[in-house]
This record gives sequence, C-alpha cells and structure tokens, in this order.
Amino acid sequence: MEPPQTVTIPMAMHIGKPAKPIVKVGDLVKVGTKIGEADGHVSANVYSSVSGKVIKLAEHLLHNDTTTTAVVIESDGAMDVAEHLAPPVVNNRQDFIAAIKESGIVGLGGAGFPTHVKLDVDPERIDYLIINSAECEPYITSDTVTMMTRSADMAYALQTFARCLGVDKVIIGIENNKKEAIAAMKTMAASIAECSVEVKVLPSIYPQGGEKVLVYHTTGRKIEANQLPIHVGCVVINCTTVAAIGAYLKTGMPLVEKCVTVDGGAVKHPQNVIAPIGTSLDALFACCGGLVEQPAKLIYGGPMMGVTVPNADAPVIKNTNAALALTSKEAKLPKMTACIRCGACTNTCPFGLAPAAIAGAYDKKATEMLRSLSVETCMECGCCSFVCPANRPLVQTNKLAKQFLKEEKKKEESDT
Amino acid sequence: MSSLTKLTVSPHIHSGRSTKGIMRDVLISLLPVTVAGVVIFGMRALLVVAVCLLCSVGFEALFNLITKKEQTVGDLSAAVTGLLLALNLPANIPLWQCAIGAMFAIIVVKCLFGGIGQNLVNPAVTARVFMLVAFSSMTVSAFPVDAVTGATPLAAETMPSLLTLLLGNYGGTIGETCTLALLIGGIYLLLRRVITWQLPVAFIGTVFVFSLLMENLDFLRALSLVLSGGVFIGAIFMATDYVTSPPTAWGKVLFGLGAGLITCLIRYFGNYSEGVSFAILFMNILTPYICQWTRHKVFVTGGNK
Repeated sequence: MEPPQTVTIPMAMHIGKPAKPIVKVGDLVKVGTKIGEADGHVSANVYSSVSGKVIKLAEHLLHNDTTTTAVVIESDGAMDVAEHLAPPVVNNRQDFIAAIKESGIVGLGGAGFPTHVKLDVDPERIDYLIINSAECEPYITSDTVTMMTRSADMAYALQTFARCLGVDKVIIGIENNKKEAIAAMKTMAASIAECSVEVKVLPSIYPQGGEKVLVYHTTGRKIEANQLPIHVGCVVINCTTVAAIGAYLKTGMPLVEKCVTVDGGAVKHPQNVIAPIGTSLDALFACCGGLVEQPAKLIYGGPMMGVTVPNADAPVIKNTNAALALTSKEAKLPKMTACIRCGACTNTCPFGLAPAAIAGAYDKKATEMLRSLSVETCMECGCCSFVCPANRPLVQTNKLAKQFLKEEKKKEESDT
Repeated sequence: MSSLTKLTVSPHIHSGRSTKGIMRDVLISLLPVTVAGVVIFGMRALLVVAVCLLCSVGFEALFNLITKKEQTVGDLSAAVTGLLLALNLPANIPLWQCAIGAMFAIIVVKCLFGGIGQNLVNPAVTARVFMLVAFSSMTVSAFPVDAVTGATPLAAETMPSLLTLLLGNYGGTIGETCTLALLIGGIYLLLRRVITWQLPVAFIGTVFVFSLLMENLDFLRALSLVLSGGVFIGAIFMATDYVTSPPTAWGKVLFGLGAGLITCLIRYFGNYSEGVSFAILFMNILTPYICQWTRHKVFVTGGNK
C-alpha cells in the first residue's frame, strides 16, 4: 500500500510491560529507527514503520481498555530505511535470543507474546518446534499468504533454529483447505537439511489453531490447564512470526510491517494488505476501495475470537492479522432465549467441557463446582456460543468464571 | 474521529441455529405421521390434532399473558407439545379431555416449572400418563375406519401382520401405528441433526432383545412387538426431547437402555398393556443423574493448581 500520511504506534503491542518511548516530538525517524525500548524481560522493542517526523506522543486507548503512550509519526512519503540496519551476527543460542529480542518480534498469530521470552528455555526441553499454520478463524488468510510468498524467510529462520537451539524436529500444522500454502511448505521442508521438517495436513475445523488443539493433533501430547506447550516439550510459533524472524536475520529489518487480511461485507475490495505498523484502519480500508456501507462492527482478528475496536482510527499493531468491517447484517446476533438443554455446547466443545453447567455454577458462584467442571481448561474459542440455538453467552460466562476462580484462589492464598 | 461502532465480546458471528428452527424441524418431521393418522383414523383424528395444538399454544400464551412473562409461543415448542400429545391419543377421545390434557402438559408440567427448558419431565408424555390414569376413554383404543377393532395389539391374542404394522392400519393412538411415517420423520430429524441415533437405537434395540428373549426367540413376534405400542414414536420423538434427556452420546444410550427395559417390564409384568410413556417419564426423572454420570471426559484436567 501507499505509505500512510501518519502512523500511530502504541508502545504496548505485546503481552508484558509497554516499551519506553525514546523519541521526542520533532525527532526525525526512518523505517527501522527504534522509537521504543523494551522495558524489562517480558517486553518488546518498537520501531518506526515510516520515515518522517514525530509529531505527537499521545495517550492511546488500547482495544483491551488500557491506555499506553503512542508515538504519532508524520510520514514524509519517502519510506527511507535507517542506515544502520545490518543483519545480526548469530552464532549461538545467546546471540539468537538477543537478536530476536532486538527485532521487536512478538507472537504474530494474535497473542502478541514476546517471542524471545517464549524461546528462552533450556533447549534440551524442546522436542518439537511446531509451526502454527492452521489459520482456522473464518475470513483470515494473512498467514496463508505469508506461507505462499515468504517461504524463503521461513526456511532461513528454521535453519537458524536448528543451528542455534538444536531443534531437530519441526512440524508445520496446516489446515487442508490451503492447498497452495501446503505445496509451498512441502517444497520448503524438502529444502531444509539441518533438521527434519514435517508438514502435517490437518482437517479444516475451527479451532484447529488453538495451541493445545494443535499440539495434540501434531504430537498427541496433552497440555494441562495453566501449563504451556513447553511442559510437554513443544514450542509453538506462528508461521508469520517465523517469517518475520527469518527476514530480520537476513536483513536486520525489525518488525515494522504486517500482512493484514482486510475483509468483511462493508469492505469494497477485500484483500490482504502489507501495512506499516501504525496505519489506521481508515487508511487500510481506503487502500481496499473504501467501505461500501457504515460497518456495524470493526474487529481486530477473526469473528470467533477477535476483539472489537470503537472506530476506524485504531491502528494496525504488531499482532493484527485481520481487520474486519462487518455489516449490520453480518454482525447481527439472534436474540437470547432460554436454554433448552440440547447439549450442543458440550457436544461441540473441543475440550469436552459443559458450558451450560458452568453457566449454572457461575450464577450460583459455586467455586468448587466450577473447579470440578474444569472451566480453567477453556481456551475461549467461542464454539459453544456459536452453536447455541438459544444464543446464550456461554464462552463469555466461561471467561467470567475463569476470572472469578482466579480471584477466589488469590483470596484463599491470602487467607492462609 | 470517524463514527463509533459497536463493542462486544467475541464471538461476533452465530451459526444461525435457533430453538424456533429446531422446533420447526420437529413439526415438519411429524407431518408424515400426522397425515397417516388422519388417513387411517379419519377426520376425527384431525379434530383431535387441531384441538390439542390450539389448546397447547393458547394455554401457553394465556399463562404468559396472565403472569406478565415474555411471550414464548413463537418458539413453536408449545405447538410441538400439542402435536405430540394429539398423536398419543386415540382418535375417538372426547375433545374436552384433549383440552384438559393440553392444559396439564403446558400449565402444570411446563409453565409452572419455569417454561421452556425448565420442565423436569416431558410435557406430552406426562399429560398422556395423566390422561391414562384419569380418563377411561384412553384405555379402550381408537375406532379404526378400516382396521382391526378393539384394543391395541399388545393386549390382543393375535398380532397384525408386519405390513399392517408398518403401514399402521390397525388400532392404536393417532400417531403410534404408522411405523413407516415415523421412520421417515426420524430420518429427517437425523439428517437435520436435530437428534442423534443413539437414544432411539438403544431404546428400540432393548425392547427388541428383551421381547426376543421373552418370546422364546420368536423373531417375527419380537419384531411385531417392537413395531407396535408406541415404541417408535416414543423412542424417536418423545424420548429425544432435549430438555428431559441427557446431552451426551453415552447418556443417550443409557437413557434408551433404561426406557427400553422399563417398557418391557411394564408390558410383561405390569397392569398396563402399554409401557412406553411410563418408561420415558421414569427416565426423565433419572435424567439429571444420568447427566452427571455421563459428562464428557474433559480433554485435560488439573485446573486446580
């Protein structure tokens, strides 16, 4: 896309502490100039995505209802690249982790967890590196496009994983409806000699890309509630994250742009757009022919787990994989009615939970009951709410119940 | 600043399935057997259907109106109850008794317990049992137009032929005799994924195996016993009611086994010649326990750390 006139780059585009802004109003920046310094271990660097002038450091309301500082940069339209950028020297594990930390790369599948933190584990514990290429949410195809166009970057990253972390088994989990991406991944897998790379074609069933679901379907290993993939010897990384790592290792260009699926009934020409981070949704939609009608909902991510944003001023951030503008017809949800105990929720739950029973227990605030129903296992995929013929807020209640149990646990701990 | 849009929690889309849609499918699936019942038992059967339907819907509307609750007749569940009740009554039943049966099903069994989803037992089944006990007209069977006169075949010495049992031109309630039409409706419900096969198969299978053992392995006689006395309408349409049966596959199997067993125990050792309604009612009451025993195994536990 054309360089946007301004970009708004929040300092918190990841899980963890926001970065500290290191530029001031009036500073000149280029593509790849560091504008935010990671604050502590669980944090990430932030870079300018355009060349131009810093015009504002503003309070910015994030979609999770917290505020952070955002650096607003007026683009000069030139997209000049910062001169100092050079491929990092990576000879061992420490170099590799440090390089990823420097690159500002976070989990691009949607979670935004700083990648260097995820990889900073004892390499002996890693049996499998699993590349999450499932991309199971409706509408989204940005990962698919990345796999089709950036397999060389991915290959370079995987070779480095093998060299520096001693990863010997890589599994690429991908849904069977992405034929071209599967072909690209198979070609890439064959080209890698440093480790075994298996392309595992999985059924296109949401939520195939849920971390626990993917680990189970690729390795047969089960991750307990409140545990991470590394507890069962797996590291799961999204394919676009892998491509970003490869690109950084090759060129030294940090994470400054993102492939975003722009879709939804209100968008005139839905397509994937490679957008500088900080581009407003407005500019993104304009690049897709504009909006054909006033959208009823704007969503970061997919329609099953994505979050709504209040208006189209919201910027593309690091982990934005899709921007959906749903029409009122698409966004219309049926009226909630009484539960008819049909069991659709429990029969559709990938983890075999009983959402209707959980909702009942939550209404009574029955702590022990909620624990025995294993609500903490819930990955919030939303299938229960999607299938409920009475349109009950089931996954929504699960989220509340999880939060409630966390608070109860805290209370219990402070009591003892 | 561009105009504001709505903020909600995910998911932002819905499958489109609704209670009303499910109930509409059940009504459609009951159409063949309703038509068959009218053909077999005459226009009087249609009258019974009409009265039960109107009364069921009417009583629910009235109850909601008087108690100032949200009107729920639009979800079509009252219509399903009315139709199912009618299909479980003989065509010659006095119409005032139909009205009382419908009132019992809707007001006593359903609305007083909190309306749709809250009833402990199946309204149509319970109303039928109530009517069996209350009205003598229920025990003598219909006046079939061109079929065997008298009581349901279970009480009779000789059974109708298998073809007769399939087509339904013999004595019984309006909707229980034409097995063919019931099967068509059942297949429709399976294809529409309104019901699953486990409960009906377990129910019907249990009745068949039990009968086979009791009838000295007389295959034909056991088959005749399965095809008569309301086993099919009970197993496919009444026992599969969401509200009063377990949601999981194993729960459904357990429900079907129990219902089949109780049906046969009543048939062979009880005072009533027909046991399907009692069996379903009994299993309805056990359902909360079956639900607890047969919850899905959770993918991973260990949420208490």
